[in-house]
Amino acid sequence: MALTPDDVAGLARLARIELTADELAHLAPQLDVILESVARVSEVAADDIPPTSHALPLTNVFRPDVVRPSLAREDVLAGAPAAEQDRFRVPRILGEEA
Amino acid sequence: MSAEILHATAAELAGRIASGEQSAVEVTQAHLDRIEAVEASVHAFLHVDGARALDAAAAVDAKRGRGEPLGPLAGVPLALKDVLTMTGAPTTCGSKILQGWVPPYNATVTQRLLDADLVILGKTNLDEFAMGSSTENSAYGPTHNPWDLDRIPGGSGGGSAAALAAFEAPLSIGTDTGGSIRQPASVTGTVGVKPTYGGTSRYGLVALASSLDQPGPCARTVLDAALLHAVIAGHDPRDSTSIDAPVPDVVGAARSGDVAGMRIGVVKELSGEGYAPGVEQRFAESVELLSSLGAEIVEVSCPHFVYAMPAYYLILPSECSSNLAKFDAMRFGLRTGDDGTLSAEEVMAATREAGFGDEVKRRIIIGTYALSSGYYDAYYGQAQKVRTLISRDFEAAFAQTDVLISPSTPTTAFRLGEKVDDPLAMYMNDLCTIPSNLAGNASASFPVGLAPEDGLPVGLQVMAPPLADDRLYRVGAALERALTAQWGGALLDRIPALPEGARA
Repeated sequence: MALTPDDVAGLARLARIELTADELAHLAPQLDVILESVARVSEVAADDIPPTSHALPLTNVFRPDVVRPSLAREDVLAGAPAAEQDRFRVPRILGEEA
Repeated sequence: MSAEILHATAAELAGRIASGEQSAVEVTQAHLDRIEAVEASVHAFLHVDGARALDAAAAVDAKRGRGEPLGPLAGVPLALKDVLTMTGAPTTCGSKILQGWVPPYNATVTQRLLDADLVILGKTNLDEFAMGSSTENSAYGPTHNPWDLDRIPGGSGGGSAAALAAFEAPLSIGTDTGGSIRQPASVTGTVGVKPTYGGTSRYGLVALASSLDQPGPCARTVLDAALLHAVIAGHDPRDSTSIDAPVPDVVGAARSGDVAGMRIGVVKELSGEGYAPGVEQRFAESVELLSSLGAEIVEVSCPHFVYAMPAYYLILPSECSSNLAKFDAMRFGLRTGDDGTLSAEEVMAATREAGFGDEVKRRIIIGTYALSSGYYDAYYGQAQKVRTLISRDFEAAFAQTDVLISPSTPTTAFRLGEKVDDPLAMYMNDLCTIPSNLAGNASASFPVGLAPEDGLPVGLQVMAPPLADDRLYRVGAALERALTAQWGGALLDRIPALPEGARA
């Protein structure tokens, strides 16, 4: 299938990882080998087989809608890269042209 | 006296602490001293908090002094894999992206350990976000196998396994997504158990692949693992996949070790090409041994197991690419490039570039690919169908057997650096362990000797049906009892002495 560094750059953009050119060149052939290996799943005739998304059968779990204490604001913000006015401070979220 | 403490089992230590023969403080101090002496060679820990451990130990001694009842492992030191949260200590997951992050809450497993008065010594090293089989993917440097410091301790839970083999702790906690408890146990000559999926809580376990991850006990003896299993297992309303059913009597099974009449299936597909001769030899001897103890040995075929690895390396990256999206540089962990000009999206991409290592990037990108429209059905959808077929193989095998067995890993510990840039070769380590993660059944690795060709530990894997975790301990205890009698001591009695002080 030959995954090119350009293909990997596209995937990395979707995954929000800014890979360097060196990394793209290094990772592309490795990813290609991995994908070729995992493509073996297609050898299995499984048209009529239901997919398993979870190891054991699950049913939805409910609990009574009772208010419980949540984490203290300062405890949560203590781990944040930046905080301001008791909130997470984030970089601008809109593009220049927006 | 100190060496005697270090070589005692957790059950023995708990007994001595409860009877007052030894104080919990003395036991903890002996292990802290040992960590101090050998950590430079082994590097099992990412964080050790001696003062806190001694305080916890003193609290156990005080409790005993007041005549209060103590739990079965009260005062026993433990090493916690650094992928489970604990307040007051960093949780890094072996990643730079979480360097120095102190979680605001305890994982359920952590809380149960603290409630049971175990003494947590610190957090152990692992492959970044538990992705790997050697700890070489840790951003903080690899752990060394105490049997041979030039070799890998397994992964991802290499730190938890090495801490046991180096006598730095009698108990540790691991997590197993594709073999991260069992493969390190196998290559370090220790015991590691992956409970039935849902048997232990994932609350506070930083997720790799949510449908596969499972915390479990690691120890030097089968009974110690069972005692720890009993402490951490059981229903947790905070994990929606937690099983609301009684925990199987794992301690009773470990004490019994009776395999007479048990039907044990040898999985045909987990042998042959790629398996080291010493691994196959020790495995064959163990099969003979179990037979001589009264077990009925049958060969079973699980034809779809050969597709377990490709299915796993589609399902796992898909789930991990989604789970690790939370590392967005906004709410916790690292942020780079926030210079006032870059957008949140650009800061996120720069941070993930700087904060994630190669293997994490590889898996996120594979997952992104496998989940892309146009590829979803051929990859992820098909892998989920293969998962069904693997579960059916298990069901068919368990219709005629009580447990299945195989080697835990195809080879013994390889050298550090040998496979670090060859992802596929690295993935082969998990060949035998992955099927139980995909099917969710209980599975464990027990030491069964040293491979004659390299003198390194060999592990035997036992796989039991979901919720029959006790059978693992029954088989493990039978092997342990017969083998220690045969050897005239435990396998770890034969481990070479570690250099003390700074590593040359």
